[in-house]
Amino acid sequence: MIKSILLTGVGGQGILFAAGIIASAAEAAGFNVTTNEIHGMAQRGGSVTAQVRYGEGSFAPLAVSGGIDVIAAMEHIEAIRYAHWLKPGGLAVVAKLSVIPVTVTNGACTYPADVEERLHAVFPRLVYLDCAALALELGNARLANTILTGALSKGLPEISEDHWRSGLLARVKKGFEEANLTAFWKGRMLCSDI
Amino acid sequence: MRLLLTGNEAIARGAWEGGVTAAFGYPGTPSTEILENLVKYDGVYCEWSPNEKVALEAAAGASIAGARCIVTMKLVGLNVAADPLMTLSYVGVRGGLVVVVADDPGQHSSQTEQDTRHYARLAKVPILDPADAVDARAFMLEAFELSEKYGCPVILRTTTCVGHSRALVECGEPRPKNVTEFKKEPSRFVPLPLWGRKLRVKVEERMDAQSADASSHASLNHVIPGAAADLGIITCGITALYCRELMPEAPVLKLGWPWPFPDSMIREFAASVKRVVVIEEGDPILEEHVRSLGIACSGKSDVVPRCGELTPDRIFEIRERLRGTNNELPKPFPQADGLPMRPPVFCPGCPHRALFYALTKFDVIVTGDIGCYSLAVFPPLERTDVLICMGGGFTLAHGLDKAGEKKKVVGVLGDSTFFHSGITGLLDVVYNKGTSTLIVVDNSSTAMTGHQDHPGTGRTISGEPAPAASIEAIARACGMKRVTVCDPFDQEKLHKVLAEEIAADEPSLIISKAPCPLQIRRRLGTVRAIDAAKCRNCKACLKCGCPAIVVTADGKPAIDPQLCSGCRLCESVCKFGAIAPVAVPGQEG
Ligand SMILES: Cc1ncc(C[n+]2csc(CCOP(=O)(O)OP(=O)(O)O)c2C)c(N)n1
Ligand code: SF4
Ligand code: SF4
Ligand code: SF4
Repeated sequence: MIKSILLTGVGGQGILFAAGIIASAAEAAGFNVTTNEIHGMAQRGGSVTAQVRYGEGSFAPLAVSGGIDVIAAMEHIEAIRYAHWLKPGGLAVVAKLSVIPVTVTNGACTYPADVEERLHAVFPRLVYLDCAALALELGNARLANTILTGALSKGLPEISEDHWRSGLLARVKKGFEEANLTAFWKGRMLCSDI
Repeated sequence: MRLLLTGNEAIARGAWEGGVTAAFGYPGTPSTEILENLVKYDGVYCEWSPNEKVALEAAAGASIAGARCIVTMKLVGLNVAADPLMTLSYVGVRGGLVVVVADDPGQHSSQTEQDTRHYARLAKVPILDPADAVDARAFMLEAFELSEKYGCPVILRTTTCVGHSRALVECGEPRPKNVTEFKKEPSRFVPLPLWGRKLRVKVEERMDAQSADASSHASLNHVIPGAAADLGIITCGITALYCRELMPEAPVLKLGWPWPFPDSMIREFAASVKRVVVIEEGDPILEEHVRSLGIACSGKSDVVPRCGELTPDRIFEIRERLRGTNNELPKPFPQADGLPMRPPVFCPGCPHRALFYALTKFDVIVTGDIGCYSLAVFPPLERTDVLICMGGGFTLAHGLDKAGEKKKVVGVLGDSTFFHSGITGLLDVVYNKGTSTLIVVDNSSTAMTGHQDHPGTGRTISGEPAPAASIEAIARACGMKRVTVCDPFDQEKLHKVLAEEIAADEPSLIISKAPCPLQIRRRLGTVRAIDAAKCRNCKACLKCGCPAIVVTADGKPAIDPQLCSGCRLCESVCKFGAIAPVAVPGQEG
């Protein structure tokens, strides 16, 4: 078995943090793990992706497109942008959030008005969460990506709750453990897709 | 101990385990994190050198003293460091010297897609090509050994995908460092023609020995067996992993030490399979060599794309071409079209935006350079007309000027680029009586590659205080008479300075100075807001291209207080006084 996860979003949203949690949890669960992280331009605002793969045996850090088991998007049109990476039957976990690119502000492009409908049309297995609002309920806007990670964890049943817990704790800064654990379990609970 | 490391972290780890004494480099994606990680280990001297040539020369000195050392750079950095590399190959080294060069197939963040293996052939030095982080650590250790065994520098070539991918790496403990003590040996360390001709012969002999060694060096070069002998794949680097996953039945000759070519190994492998395909990223270097050995093979001549990264999707396509089948990857979800593009942009509060916004008001030619400010080429600013390489911002301007171009030419480069290779260009303009207006966009950082220090920041890579070189004093010492320092957010003053200097018929330098807000991690000033009652919706503020300014549902601009850095650029752009500072609780300054 090899599981492949694609994380997408906008530069500065904390995609590498989420990738780190998945990788650490998979490692704790005893799997071989690879990740691929796009680094580079320091500026924010660009479309970014990362992949995490885990399983038995050895494998490359990148999957073929159409080979992703779970796609997680921290911005909703980024989910649609990378939809063709998902496998048949794959799960999409998407944050309900619009980050307006400057190409829209300067009139060169338009931001789709029907994102939610398009998401439902594209992904048969969709978990669509307002992570930003949920994070604010918990008192810290920065917890949005932890909530999303908690939600996507439900789509990766080979990793037990104990291993998710240790994966998360391996990545969280001292002093923020409790808040992140609460956010993670909240996201996991809200993931209605089994 | 097993650690989940990126290729770049693994190279740092391997260097440390290999007893590295000193490390030199200049930032460049995807190589930057190697030194940033190595500096975290105790007892290793690390530095950001002003440029790659300086880095390699300093490392040569360290190695001649007996120390193990590494030099890190991105692919184009080796163009800058090529001169010392060529001669160092003759002169040779004492302590292991490894030049780590990060190639960028697919040009994720580079202006060219050059294949560093050509440099290894040109310099006649071995090159190692890791496939992942596990290889990266191990090959670093091997590279030190080979460098000391043959007394020559060794290139460790990575790629973007290798450097930025993680794998579980079994790590060890560091070996003791070499004892450093210089031994006088001029016939070896001074390549005057008299001695140089002898060294030249030695280099050829060394390559023959290396080719034989590479053929039996199982930890670097080996065959990964497959179930069917119909097709054998010769490859190097990360491509080996993709081939294993997508064509598991095919035996793979994985060349971690592809050059000097391991001829006997290649012959033996080719004889063991019915058909050979060479699948390599970059140029068909192995492929053409395999053919020169009289072995027929497929490769870039028929089934492998000539440019770009060999991603898993492309390996799949190659497989289908080799099999003569036309299967497509099963993709149940269509690739979306009509989505707005999301290119990287200047951050809110970026001082480069302010400088280039001011330049939009002048009818001049702008020769630009490489750094965050390259983004000025895109809409809405579109205020860079020509760009080639680091340092070119000044020299291109000078050439246009000397060619008799009627429009005034403005040459722009960044502070890190100024110290890298901008000073010589400035000297050229002054010495040869050019009339270009030169601008350094000084944000006190090497921002594009992730905010590294440089000789002007007053700090070393390890965070220690250091003398801060003054761009202004250097320019004056070079004979530049007109030098002005200006805050780019003071648009009124900047406009006046630009008008004056552009009109002057002698050269001048403007230092546009303001920090990078992404690096200092705080707002530049109070958050701005648009007063809807005063806003005439003229959309002038949108011409700044600030991501904090968005257009709301009613078609009017508004400022996102979360994103706004308070730089005041939009406020000075608005003619109707609609933009002003506002107090947002907890977000002052
Ligand atoms: C020869 C060479 N070395 C390294 C690089 C990688 N590189 C591109 S931009 C840049 C930094 C530029 O810094 P600076 O000029 O200060 O501009 P900033 O990004 O801070 O705006 C570097 C190191 C390169 N393109 N070419
Ligand atoms: S990282 Fe700094 S220099 Fe680069 S675009 Fe952002 S603010 Fe500007
Ligand atoms: S420049 Fe001023 S008046 Fe014009 S759209 Fe912007 S805020 Fe409104
Ligand atoms: S002050 Fe204006 S230009 Fe500057 S960051 Fe805020 S919105 Fe952008």
